[in-house]
Amino acid sequence: MTAIGWVQIILYCAIIVALTPLLGGYMTRVFNGERTFLAPVLRPVEVLLYRAGGVDEKSEQGWLAYTVAMLLFHVGGFVILYALLRLQGALPFNPAGMTGVPPDLSFNTAISFLTNTNWQNYGGESTLSYLVQMLGLTHQNFLSAATGIVLAVALIRGFARASAKTVGNFWVDITRCTLYVLLPICVVYTLFLVWQGMPQTLGSYIDATTLEGAKQTIAVGPVASQVAIKMLGTNGGGFFNANAAHPFENPTALSNFVQMLSIFALGAALTNVFGRMVGNPRQGWAILAAMGVLFIAGVAVCYWAEANGTHILSSLGLSGGNMEGKEVRFGIVASALFAVITTAASCGAVNAMHDSFTALGGMIPLINMELGEIVVGGVGAGLYGMLLFVIVTVFVAGLMVGRTPEYVGKKIEAREVKMAMLAILILPLMMLGWTAVAVVYPPAVASMANAGPHGFSEVLYAYTSMTANNGSAFAGLTGNTLFYNLSGAVAMFIGRFWMIVPAMAIAGALAAKKSVPPSLGTFPTTGGLFVGLLVGVILIVGGLTFFPALALGPIVEHLSMLAGSVF
Amino acid sequence: METSKVRKRMPVSTLVDPKIVLPAIGQSFVKLDPRTLVKNPVMFVLEVVTVLTTVLLLRDIVQGGQSLAFELQIVVWLWFTVLFANFAEAVAEGRGKAQADTLRQTRTQTRAKRLLSADNPERFETVAADDLRSGDLVVCEAGDVIPGDGDIIEGVASVNEAAITGESAPVIRESGGDRSAVTGGTTVISDRIVVRITSSPGTSFLDRMIKLVEGAERQKTPNEIALTILLVGLTLIFVFATATIPSYALYAGGSISVVVLVALFVTLIPTTIGALLSAIGIAGMDRLVRFNVLAMSGRAVEAAGDVDTLLLDKTGTITFGNRLATEIIPVPGVTEREAAEAALLASDADETAEGRSIIALAQDKYNVRREAAPAGAKFIEFSAMTRLSGVDAGTRKLRKGAIDSVLKFVREQAGHDVAEPAAFRAAVDKIARSGGTPLGLAENGRILGVIHLKDVVKPDVKDRFAALRRMGIKTVMITGDNPVTAASIASEAGVDDFIAEATPEDKLRYIRNEQSNGRLIAMCGDGTNDAPALAQADVGVAMQTGTQAAREAGNMVDLDSDPTKLIEVVEIGKQLLMTRGSLTTFSIANDVAKYFAIIPAMFAAFYPQLGVLNIMGLSSPQSAILSAIIFNALIIIALIPLALKGVKYRPIGAAALLRQNLLVYGVGGIVLPFIGIKAIDVIVTALHLA
Repeated sequence: MTAIGWVQIILYCAIIVALTPLLGGYMTRVFNGERTFLAPVLRPVEVLLYRAGGVDEKSEQGWLAYTVAMLLFHVGGFVILYALLRLQGALPFNPAGMTGVPPDLSFNTAISFLTNTNWQNYGGESTLSYLVQMLGLTHQNFLSAATGIVLAVALIRGFARASAKTVGNFWVDITRCTLYVLLPICVVYTLFLVWQGMPQTLGSYIDATTLEGAKQTIAVGPVASQVAIKMLGTNGGGFFNANAAHPFENPTALSNFVQMLSIFALGAALTNVFGRMVGNPRQGWAILAAMGVLFIAGVAVCYWAEANGTHILSSLGLSGGNMEGKEVRFGIVASALFAVITTAASCGAVNAMHDSFTALGGMIPLINMELGEIVVGGVGAGLYGMLLFVIVTVFVAGLMVGRTPEYVGKKIEAREVKMAMLAILILPLMMLGWTAVAVVYPPAVASMANAGPHGFSEVLYAYTSMTANNGSAFAGLTGNTLFYNLSGAVAMFIGRFWMIVPAMAIAGALAAKKSVPPSLGTFPTTGGLFVGLLVGVILIVGGLTFFPALALGPIVEHLSMLAGSVF
Repeated sequence: METSKVRKRMPVSTLVDPKIVLPAIGQSFVKLDPRTLVKNPVMFVLEVVTVLTTVLLLRDIVQGGQSLAFELQIVVWLWFTVLFANFAEAVAEGRGKAQADTLRQTRTQTRAKRLLSADNPERFETVAADDLRSGDLVVCEAGDVIPGDGDIIEGVASVNEAAITGESAPVIRESGGDRSAVTGGTTVISDRIVVRITSSPGTSFLDRMIKLVEGAERQKTPNEIALTILLVGLTLIFVFATATIPSYALYAGGSISVVVLVALFVTLIPTTIGALLSAIGIAGMDRLVRFNVLAMSGRAVEAAGDVDTLLLDKTGTITFGNRLATEIIPVPGVTEREAAEAALLASDADETAEGRSIIALAQDKYNVRREAAPAGAKFIEFSAMTRLSGVDAGTRKLRKGAIDSVLKFVREQAGHDVAEPAAFRAAVDKIARSGGTPLGLAENGRILGVIHLKDVVKPDVKDRFAALRRMGIKTVMITGDNPVTAASIASEAGVDDFIAEATPEDKLRYIRNEQSNGRLIAMCGDGTNDAPALAQADVGVAMQTGTQAAREAGNMVDLDSDPTKLIEVVEIGKQLLMTRGSLTTFSIANDVAKYFAIIPAMFAAFYPQLGVLNIMGLSSPQSAILSAIIFNALIIIALIPLALKGVKYRPIGAAALLRQNLLVYGVGGIVLPFIGIKAIDVIVTALHLA
């Protein structure tokens, strides 16, 4: 580890903290339906869209209507994307002449982009046309991100409102989120990426002759526009197979740093939106602080593990830590930091191969996802995932002060606990359950690139990533098989929606409750004690659930490595 | 407060009392019935897996397994775990049962004299108390046990209510007014009354009391339900975590026996809190009962812990029942001593509390000796007409009373208009402004001075209200006084708010208003006009001396009729919630150590590298697993006293309380099992059990 490495990490955190209230304030205005400085340009478009869709801006929905609207919206999105994938051979903007995508892969991919996972069992440049990339994927990148954000906002409204029947209007929220938040940032961001050297073209792939005289096809395309939303919306699905390790998808150190910032920007800002909407910004900061503690701890371990490398590498005369699978352009700190960020959030873009990390270094991204990606997390999804843990924490801790637990003025009772547990339960079921099937099902075992605990980690990582809607891969595993395509689609679907529906039920239940004014007998949820408690509950509940699996994967691999055997 | 010292308690039975422990051991086996156990999901799951391992053990015995002794021990300890949980519940129930038996004795054998017609109280038939219906009229004479709950419609009697309250001094019950309610099971000591029965068989106060202390009809309270859901959720998570292990092991080229897997599962699921949960609830109710407060539901006890606002009647709760003299202010030209002597003499035969307080004041503050009243002195009693009292001793006519009346008396005596001294008027105004009552003092045609009567706030209520404030509870004083008087007493007592000139409607309105702001309200009351407010309040404590209507409306009844007890009721509610939370935290925190004991042992056969995780240095895989499961069972027994006694509540503010409990039950919960499991491992190894 180097001082300059830590400077980069600290600088990163500082900028995120600085951005949080700025973006948070702006987003609060957007979701409170207030006028923003972009209104002169965007308001006419917004009004036009409502008129076209027959949406009454003023009417609001209860939690169930809101959720049903969201689900219907996704059914439509799925049909369009699946059709595009299957029919791409017959559709325009296909200079490379890609043929239709097979059914199981199309199914997996459609679910993957619908759920903000962006798990890719294909290589973008070798499988998809520009039309599919732009109309299908980029479009879903926007909408799945917007969906996550508006659901979080609906849950926040549940906490903020008292004796209310409604939690907002899904159609209005998703329109405003896309128009006022995602689009403007992406326009500026895309231009920045183009300036940094990222291609943005509808022209065909370029054939070049190398110095040795060999002919090489260089894939290009509308990269910058997809990368902007892929990062900002924590989607993570790369234009190219190599994702953010590809020079065209991440040209410079600056683009790398800004991409990392854009992963956390909206997720962190939502904590601030939460604080503002419940009337006490410190509530938001407390949540961000808990996220920050887990983040810094993860970065420290991962950076330490990668910077130290292994004694096997050193004995081969290699110094300077573990550089296997990393871009020389980025080096160890930027790779380790990127890996922790992308898995802490549900982004899943990668600028290094996580498979090549040391056992402990690779365990951190795994843990990040196993905890449910609540460390900042996917846009929206991170906050509502975190709030579920907050409910569990407040419930246990609240009892310890001798009162029915309360959080930001809302009593936490049986219904909230039930829904929170239902949502939290699904993570181990999908992650551990599918892994248990895959490691003994011969066709699935055949997909593993490595034997022993490392192979185990590959499979565990894959299902963890899909369930948590991350989308990053440990690599090494051949995912494009019927079994992984279908089981993965189930994991992604359940991981997303089994979480959302209970969270929305909580939103509805909370909105209907009275708000209890805080007193000295209410336990404060803004201080260090609460932050520590929240972190403790997350680590104990998450840690205890996954400890056996981690012991059999990364931990035993690390211990074996110390004993000199690798897999 | 003096009332808290003299409180009578029902006998406290301890954990080592054989009368409770022996039946509880028997009950532990009876409660193994899955139909009973299914109400406690965690324990039910435990029983299921225990039966499963028992079957597997039997199979291995028949087929000849390799590690039978180890498996046998695991199975035995699993059964112990279930039994210990049942034992905890049985002990908690047993304590109530002992009380219920005493109560039940009074109920049986009661005969009732039922009137044949309402207009003739002499003609009655003798029937069994169980045959009485609501609306029947019964007559009770000295020595009779009142056969059921009811209202006196005729007569007055002294009644011994010791069967219900434990208090042996008889109380007066009479028809009409707020003292008309009688309770079945109590005994008439003197006189004769006619009672209209208001309860049907099996629903009387005594019946409800018996059921409550027995915990027979105990329903889960809202927080208990929520906690059960949390525990079920955690159990399911650990089902997933352990059920997937065999597949992982198979991939790694090993296998894991079901018994070991069950051992891991059982140690991980929250058995500690699962086992103690119902005992905690029963013990909470029991604590109230021993405090002579009957809660009609567990929900009410829990609500007491959540209370944000306490509505307290001024008189008797915040102040002493009567106004007391605190100062005698003479007019110019009269010495303090002179005025004090006159005041003492005027009050010499005054047996009211006010009168006695004037005597006490004159003696203590002004050092006037009390001498025998002059011969031939004629005492004038207070009457509503004259609003004066005093004495005529020879030529001296001393009077004290309402200011107007005293002035009128002076003018009559002097035979002409007497100017009211400016200092007198000033003193009267000052007393009135401060919320006190001025009492004029005069001799013949001369005004002597004014006596300051005031509501005296009980000595330590201010501290108690300060403690309540630290608990986050607002206190509101209810009084019939005018706003000026009320404000003065409120500030002296340190209450947060007051309702002056309060009518029953005002109380109701105040409660509704607070509730609409999300607050929970507790109040106590005894009169029929309190009933609507008692019913509306989240915690309504009715006084046992109160009317039947009030007792029906409240969700708690205080058998001692002591309104200050509301404060303890709140503490008991908080204690109940805290005990649950603390033991849940402890239970979950325990899991960390258990993982470190079992995981390395479990995978030792095929991943010996994981031995590094055996940080406790447990001697062998089998002893590690056995030690963890033994610890898991014994901790239940060890925590039964805490579950019954409850975690101590201190009004130090939520943050400080949380920090303290987190340190003890959270951090302690992580550390303790490391020590405990290691210690058990040493013993297990020394005894060659594994």
